Amino acid sequence: MRVMAQVGMVMNLDKCIGCHTCSVTCKQAWTNRAGTEYVWFNNVETRPGQGYPRRYEDQETWKGGWELDRRGRLRLKAGSRVKKLLGIFASPVQPELSDYYEPWTYDYRTLVEAPLGDDFPVARPKSLITGEDTKITWSANWDDDLGGTTELGHLDPLVEKVRRESEDRIRFELEQTFMFYLPRICEHCLNPSCMASCPSGAIYKRTEDGIVLVDQERCRGWRQCITGCPYKKIYFNHKSGKAEKCTLCYPRVEVGLPTVCAETCVGRLRYLGIFLYDADAVTAAASTPDPQDLYDAQLDLMLDPDDPDVIAAAKAGGIPDDWVAAARRSPVYALAKTYRVALPLHPEYRTMPMVWYVPPLSPVVDLLAEQGHDAEDRDTLFGAIDALRIPVEYLAELFTAGRSETVAAVLRKLAAMRSYMRGVTLGREPDASIPASVGMSEESLYAMYRLMAIAKYDERYVIPTAHLEQAHQLEEIGCSLDYDEGPGMYESGPYGEASGRPAPVAVETFNALRQRQTSDATTSADELRGRVNLLNWDGNGAPPQGLFPPRHDVGGDQP
Amino acid sequence: MSTVLWGVLPYLMLVVLVAGSLWRYRYDKFGWTTRSSQLYESRLLRIGSPLFHFGILLVVVGHLGGLVVPESWTEAVGVSEGVYHVNALLFGGLAGVCTLVGILILVYRRRTTGPVFMATTRNDKLMYVVLVAAIVLGLWTTLVSVGAGSEAHNYRETVSPWFRSLFVLQPDVDSMAAAPAQFQVHTLVGMLLFAIWPFTRLVHAFTAPVHYLFRPYIVYRSRDRRTAPGSRARDRWAPVGTHDRDR
Repeated sequence: MRVMAQVGMVMNLDKCIGCHTCSVTCKQAWTNRAGTEYVWFNNVETRPGQGYPRRYEDQETWKGGWELDRRGRLRLKAGSRVKKLLGIFASPVQPELSDYYEPWTYDYRTLVEAPLGDDFPVARPKSLITGEDTKITWSANWDDDLGGTTELGHLDPLVEKVRRESEDRIRFELEQTFMFYLPRICEHCLNPSCMASCPSGAIYKRTEDGIVLVDQERCRGWRQCITGCPYKKIYFNHKSGKAEKCTLCYPRVEVGLPTVCAETCVGRLRYLGIFLYDADAVTAAASTPDPQDLYDAQLDLMLDPDDPDVIAAAKAGGIPDDWVAAARRSPVYALAKTYRVALPLHPEYRTMPMVWYVPPLSPVVDLLAEQGHDAEDRDTLFGAIDALRIPVEYLAELFTAGRSETVAAVLRKLAAMRSYMRGVTLGREPDASIPASVGMSEESLYAMYRLMAIAKYDERYVIPTAHLEQAHQLEEIGCSLDYDEGPGMYESGPYGEASGRPAPVAVETFNALRQRQTSDATTSADELRGRVNLLNWDGNGAPPQGLFPPRHDVGGDQP
Repeated sequence: MSTVLWGVLPYLMLVVLVAGSLWRYRYDKFGWTTRSSQLYESRLLRIGSPLFHFGILLVVVGHLGGLVVPESWTEAVGVSEGVYHVNALLFGGLAGVCTLVGILILVYRRRTTGPVFMATTRNDKLMYVVLVAAIVLGLWTTLVSVGAGSEAHNYRETVSPWFRSLFVLQPDVDSMAAAPAQFQVHTLVGMLLFAIWPFTRLVHAFTAPVHYLFRPYIVYRSRDRRTAPGSRARDRWAPVGTHDRDR
């Protein structure tokens, strides 16, 4: 047994309202640069729907993830190493920009510079790829909220599969349909096929926290990882010619802060915490013959942090004590293994994904409520879960490789929590038979309710900080008063305001704010010297005004 | 003049190539990439790129064979001059034509596909001119060596001895000077290509990922590289030890 730690995420899909705040904040933080216009480390898909890029789940086309060869050993679905190297000059199955969308901007200048006339000026869309006028035909969220689903819904690979298997039709008429939102980031898999596809060995998994990263200095743009990742969560930066992916906001996680997508999530549906797993058993688990058993195999990899053997092995493996302690309080472990309500996304890809999902009960509840039933009554809910075959089968294709009993069991737990807590809230005698019917005690059901419904900040995010000798040099930590020239001593370095050692951002912001609040005059250009907003500068063209001090008289004979 | 061209220039080129590559590797690892444009267009790329790349790999092998192996060696194993040249013409010509057709498709694609042309830098354009020139001139020398136009020329008695003499630091300037002009121009353009090589996108060839065949599938790396358990300073990744992960 080789115990390693992994930062994992759980998303509670019932709470997702599809507001895309996570996508937008993530994009602002990571991919608002030239070359990454179409790159969404975090995106939110409406399901049923085609996803992003379109139909990425159709692995017969895209060849992502792993499969078992005839001898039952893992191999990349895209082929052996030799085959991959032979295909390196023109990747056989790489998605093109048209499978994502052609990013565009608008010609806003026309709005202010158009000559006076009878017609309103129009800001025409311009392609960010060619610079020419363009016609917008698709985007990252074109089928948001089932937009166009009556025509295109059948293109969802899962819909195709469920239809084929059930010989029934998922209806996309308004009154009979169901939908939910699926936010997706990189899965930071235990057995990542992107990494296995990378010819340069540039993609690596960090031993400390399991975050999967691309070494930008070793990536050579062979783009095999894009084929390799079945979730299509590795993107090609077409300006730098390198692969980029979700970083799980490692600079934040290292200092104990949740990722940007989690922090800004309006529905507070994301959980972050530690899994302890057995690294030596990963390959064997991923080679489980029946894809429907992969979920159980993955659960078995997650080690019990209260088990003395595991604790001893973790210690021997060099995992710090506070990490083991954090693993014991881990909300993701609780949801995935203790309560067994969180499921991995597409376990059949055999990558052992570490972003888990609590499947949504809302399609069932909504339908019951619309039909005038009591959507919080246990028996109605349980009956509906069994009767509503199509949503459950669809969820099963997403989360359990098609085993609908597992999904139904999770939904029953959520339903039990719902009806049990309704009784408690209404001041009735708690009905102990409800938790018993899903194999839980009243205490554990209440604890699950607390974690899922109350979801306090410090219970959702249990992130131990990184152990680094130079921890005080990390960006977000160096912001307190123990900074040498802490607040108040900020005024000026030897060569003007911005010279000398760089001030931590927080100190700079604090002082700038205070100066503005306490000074009599409005900010003069002189005071702005050295304070430049670089957020909107993508590195192309001349740097913004004020980045460098004005050039004094050049010449003379000074060195 | 000959001394400068065939005695000094080759060494200058070599210095630029080696020093330039080292410098680029040290200071521009982020820029060291294929700059693939497959995201924009892949229909033509799928034909042109493999044609060009496999072609040029064969051409490299052919050049090594022709330049490094002395004529006396092949004759010693019973391959006569005539047989050798028919083979060289057949395979060399085929590889050369593949390479030329491939790069013509690629250049056509680059010029006509809007996004690809947008992503083409001035550096790329210069590189393409030199590269295409080297390939065209190379094919021309192939024709000369079988005697198209005038009498056949056996480059293995002129160019090859000169090439080998460079590596023992006693450049045989005279035998290269005796080669036909086509060979001399091709060699000069080739040297120019190698001199600009480190400063173009061609550098990706130096990091051809052959080690992919030998590394473990799953790569673990420590945040702090020095303290990674089981890591070696040399290759910076630590294989995690089940047997199927070793391959």
